[in-house]
Amino acid sequence: MSTGLEQLYQQIILDHAKARHGSPLREHDGVGRVGESHQLNPVCGDEITLRAGVADGAVTAVSWDGAGCAISMASASVLTDLVQGLPRDEVIGLVDSFREVMRSRGRIEADEEVLGDAAAFSGVSRFPARVKCAMLAWVALEESLLAANA
Amino acid sequence: MPVVDTPVTLTPSDAVLTDAEVHRIRNDFPILGTEVNGKPLIYLDSGATSQNPVSVLEAEQEFYEQRNAAVHRGSHSLAVDATDAYEDARAAVARFVGARTDELVWTSNATEGINLVAYAMSNASLGRGGEAARRFALGPGDRVVVTEMEHHANLIPWQELAARTGAELRFIPVADDGTLRLEEAAAVITPATKLVAFSHASNVLGTINPVARLVRLAQDVGALTLLDACQSVPHLPVDVKALDVDFLVFSGHKMLGPTGIGALYGRAELLNALPPFLTGGSMITTVTMERAEYLPSPNRFEAGTQRISQAIALGAAANYLAETGMERIEAWEETLGARLVRGLGAIEGIRVLGPDAGRPRIGLASFDVDGVHAHDVGQFLDDKGIAVRVGHHCAQPLHRRLGLTATTRASTYLYTTTDEVDAFLDAVALVRPFFGAHR
Ligand SMILES: Cc1ncc(COP(=O)(O)O)c(C=O)c1O
Repeated sequence: MSTGLEQLYQQIILDHAKARHGSPLREHDGVGRVGESHQLNPVCGDEITLRAGVADGAVTAVSWDGAGCAISMASASVLTDLVQGLPRDEVIGLVDSFREVMRSRGRIEADEEVLGDAAAFSGVSRFPARVKCAMLAWVALEESLLAANA
Repeated sequence: MPVVDTPVTLTPSDAVLTDAEVHRIRNDFPILGTEVNGKPLIYLDSGATSQNPVSVLEAEQEFYEQRNAAVHRGSHSLAVDATDAYEDARAAVARFVGARTDELVWTSNATEGINLVAYAMSNASLGRGGEAARRFALGPGDRVVVTEMEHHANLIPWQELAARTGAELRFIPVADDGTLRLEEAAAVITPATKLVAFSHASNVLGTINPVARLVRLAQDVGALTLLDACQSVPHLPVDVKALDVDFLVFSGHKMLGPTGIGALYGRAELLNALPPFLTGGSMITTVTMERAEYLPSPNRFEAGTQRISQAIALGAAANYLAETGMERIEAWEETLGARLVRGLGAIEGIRVLGPDAGRPRIGLASFDVDGVHAHDVGQFLDDKGIAVRVGHHCAQPLHRRLGLTATTRASTYLYTTTDEVDAFLDAVALVRPFFGAHR
């Protein structure tokens, strides 16, 4: 197996793609203000609906429903583990860092201290056609947080 | 890139294509000798776009080097030369599909050909084209019929036309085995039907549709027919007169030609009554400040400076295919297609869409891999140098009908070898284990 493929599909990604932490979508009663976002990648039909609860400036809960490739589903699962309980502003910062890595065409290696398991997606940035897959859940989270604040 | 000596001249022959001859054919296609991700390219995406033989590449280059001038405008020698080459190409492509030269209109691609007819009908619905164009006019109570397996290119233009005119759009449903439900077709194609637009061969299922039966149903109610021949003209012998359709479209880039060129065939009598879609220079006889008179077909539909080098290159592509022999290409792809369908069907967790091997189908196969998304399948294959198409293949309603959002498609052409099909099948067998989907 060539290294390119294994860099892209690290074991942690394959595991999360199956485990799908945060799926299915839940109601999130009593966790504060709840925002929701639906994102679709028209190229391949990948789809996600994500809900985030925000209370006292912190992300209290995340859940989602999705259909898509291993990269997009694993990304949603990793994100769920990463952001729950964190201050909202910090989460926005994480989304920005993740996006920066994804857009770097392999030039920026993710900081594992900051992004945790999401650092495993660094390899995706070398495959421009797959960046959108990795970003889908993060964009949904960003929009959900905006909606929760509205 | 491989060294290409003299292009192989193929002698027309009735003999079936063999791997040995296909290897000779491959020498005509520079790109087929390249590597992808360190592996020899295995190109199984000809259904999306095909590769070009040297004769096509040279035709385009030679035009720019030796004859470049505007056609049908001006009278200097170069312009005459360019016009001759351009019209020779039209004659070659018309001959290739059994059309008269004045019945073949250049378009950018099949999509534009379909839109041309849809917008011309729209114009007729507004009264343009007068009495002669009345048969193209649509309004409330009229019906346009398509099928559930259409490419978006043969669906959305009709949705829009229906919305503009108040006509209704109905479809012939697809059965589970990937064929059209013909018993429903008779019920959908009513006397209110003005046009039946359908594909000759499905770009997803591979199904070859029973054109004669559908044309008969349409003719019985006086409806026009438009055939989307994108996946048939490149792969099997097509004769527009034998098919007896009113309009037919195809794209050059799927039949060894360049991008940016395609064609619309229409019966002369219809084309000459159809109001134009795009208007401007080169399509007129007399123009005053108030109005204009239009040329007959094909020029009537070719407003503005045309895709000259592409048309000439498409002419070369049609000649290459004709010299190789469309019957032989059809037979070769049938063998490859059956090998694909049977091979995929034998792999655990693979669901092949469309009719079984042996039923009327072209040399492609779309499939679903249980537990692995098509995008991941495509990525895995790409790593091995294998180019396939993943996604909904511009046929979302069909995928929805089959309970899927995305599939993987392998499509063959005259330059595909048996070994390539086998290498592809071997790679597909590794997909589920790699993604841990086999447990
Ligand atoms: C059946 C069918 N119809 C229409 C099209 C549209 O062709 P083009 O994009 O070249 O206009 C395609 C190709 O994608 C096709 O396979």
